[in-house]
Amino acid sequence: MNSLDVKTERVEGWNRPPVIETDGEGELLEVAMGPHHPSTHGVFRMDLALDGERVVRLKPVFGYLHRNHEQIAETVSYLAMMPYTDRLDYICSLTNNWAYALAVEKLVGQEVPERAEYLRVILAELTRAQNHASTIGFLLQEMGASGTPLMYAFREREKILDLFESLTGSRMMCNYMRFGGCRVDASPAWLDAARKVVAALPAFVDEFERFLSGNEIVMARCQGVGILRPDLAVNAGVTGPMLRASGVNYDIRKVDHYGIYDRFKFRVPLGDHGDIYDRYMVRVLEIRESIGILEQALKDIPNGPVMDPKAKIRGFRPKPGEAYGRIEAPKGELGFYLISDGTPNPYRYRVRPPSLINLTVLEDMCLGSNVADVVLIFGSVDIVLGEVDR
Amino acid sequence: MLGEGILKGLAETAKNFAGSFVSKERMTTVEYPEERLPLPEASRNFPFLVYDGSDWQAGLRCVACQICEKECPPKCIYIEKSKDKKPDYVGKLQIYPTKFDIDISVCMSCQICVEVCPFEAIKMNNEFELATDNRFGGLLLDRKELAKSNEYYHQIHPTEAAEVDARLAAEKAKAEAKAKAAADAAAAKAAGAPATPTPVAKPNEGERKS
Repeated sequence: MNSLDVKTERVEGWNRPPVIETDGEGELLEVAMGPHHPSTHGVFRMDLALDGERVVRLKPVFGYLHRNHEQIAETVSYLAMMPYTDRLDYICSLTNNWAYALAVEKLVGQEVPERAEYLRVILAELTRAQNHASTIGFLLQEMGASGTPLMYAFREREKILDLFESLTGSRMMCNYMRFGGCRVDASPAWLDAARKVVAALPAFVDEFERFLSGNEIVMARCQGVGILRPDLAVNAGVTGPMLRASGVNYDIRKVDHYGIYDRFKFRVPLGDHGDIYDRYMVRVLEIRESIGILEQALKDIPNGPVMDPKAKIRGFRPKPGEAYGRIEAPKGELGFYLISDGTPNPYRYRVRPPSLINLTVLEDMCLGSNVADVVLIFGSVDIVLGEVDR
Repeated sequence: MLGEGILKGLAETAKNFAGSFVSKERMTTVEYPEERLPLPEASRNFPFLVYDGSDWQAGLRCVACQICEKECPPKCIYIEKSKDKKPDYVGKLQIYPTKFDIDISVCMSCQICVEVCPFEAIKMNNEFELATDNRFGGLLLDRKELAKSNEYYHQIHPTEAAEVDARLAAEKAKAEAKAKAAADAAAAKAAGAPATPTPVAKPNEGERKS
């Protein structure tokens, strides 16, 4: 993409920043943005080459939060890996649990009771709502609205986290789903509390939209910035709200028919231009669709067991083979690939993280834009570094 | 109109500010050390060992089977088995842990140990103010610090504890019935009437194995 023919040569002298000389078109400034930059949501570095304010090259540097996630999986049992999946994308631990449980259930051929399927859908959609709310809050924070929109988003998120805590015991590290169901049953009081939270969500989205969707600053900063073309998005394997904002109709809930999503009526919001504003709008609309799914699920949830009584959670040895379980996580396609060699530990465990793969198109979106827009474009990708680096 | 957005935003701020004096709902935070929100019953933090009765050493339910040590994802549990045996809550002779350490600076509060324990011996505490200025030994809890009474367990997780107690009582009754049947059979045998070879107790045999 880079049209400038760049020679990397260090300039002699102690008092000058490192520069790259170009062929008579002036000098490029190399800036290491991060790893400790407040806008990088963690520890992530972007090596930028700047021509004035304009970005001519961007190199993402990963790995500051690498924790040997996949290697650990090969040394512990299938059950003991479940709490580690909470720590991948720590904003949405319940969807991580679900994807991993799905992969192991495919591996051992385990069925899930009806009520557990409903509980999984309810928790996944609550997770999606709170993830999108906080993502929009962070995006606004990076746009310069320091604090207030983020705190409004977090006020709503707290209510959902309270629900998680009273059901699973922990606010963020839920460790709730098991192979063949869920760990504990939801009481009628919990379901009533969930209905109350869901009933209050549309008012929050309305309030958010009233202030943001038509806001002059939001429109000026977001529209036409960081455009991702649909063909590039498909070729790069981008999934989730980012892909749909580019106008590609691909939602694994509709495509893969996992769980019981066939039973619910919901639409898949699509964008037109693939810019930051479309990504923001797709997320807002997805919260609204999630509320619709939640209302249907909370109305229809049947009684019954939440755990298959025949299911073994511990000490099982799957037959040699492989399985890939994937779900539509709030950030995109989250998949777990497992190979079993007949021992109690997986032979190979691989995560397909949506955050990392969505981040691969960052340079293509940022080239030619200003440094200030890089922060926004990066924020609109919606990543969690725990999942990028694993 | 110029400044319309500012006015709209400030109106919302004023609404929330004034509303916080009127309705409790709008107050989203509490002043923590003075004011505390009640923890939900399911809330969990770090594990503890349950004991019955008043003496923690005699009443410890743990039989040092080491399943939790094996399953613990970050491997923060260390157990040493005893050489001798002591009677457990049903009166059966069991080995016990001479050493049971949990390093709660490593523990990630996942409660896998609680789930895999076949003896209801380890449960989750909800105490969270555990800061200490001792960085080496302060967070390494031994079995004396980990031992908490069953009454304490009832206090923090009432419904769960009641279920556990009912399950243990049923198990104890079953074990007593089995012991009685065995004693009766032995008495009958001693009396010289080997009429019934007592296959009654068979199904319970594998019960305590996980």
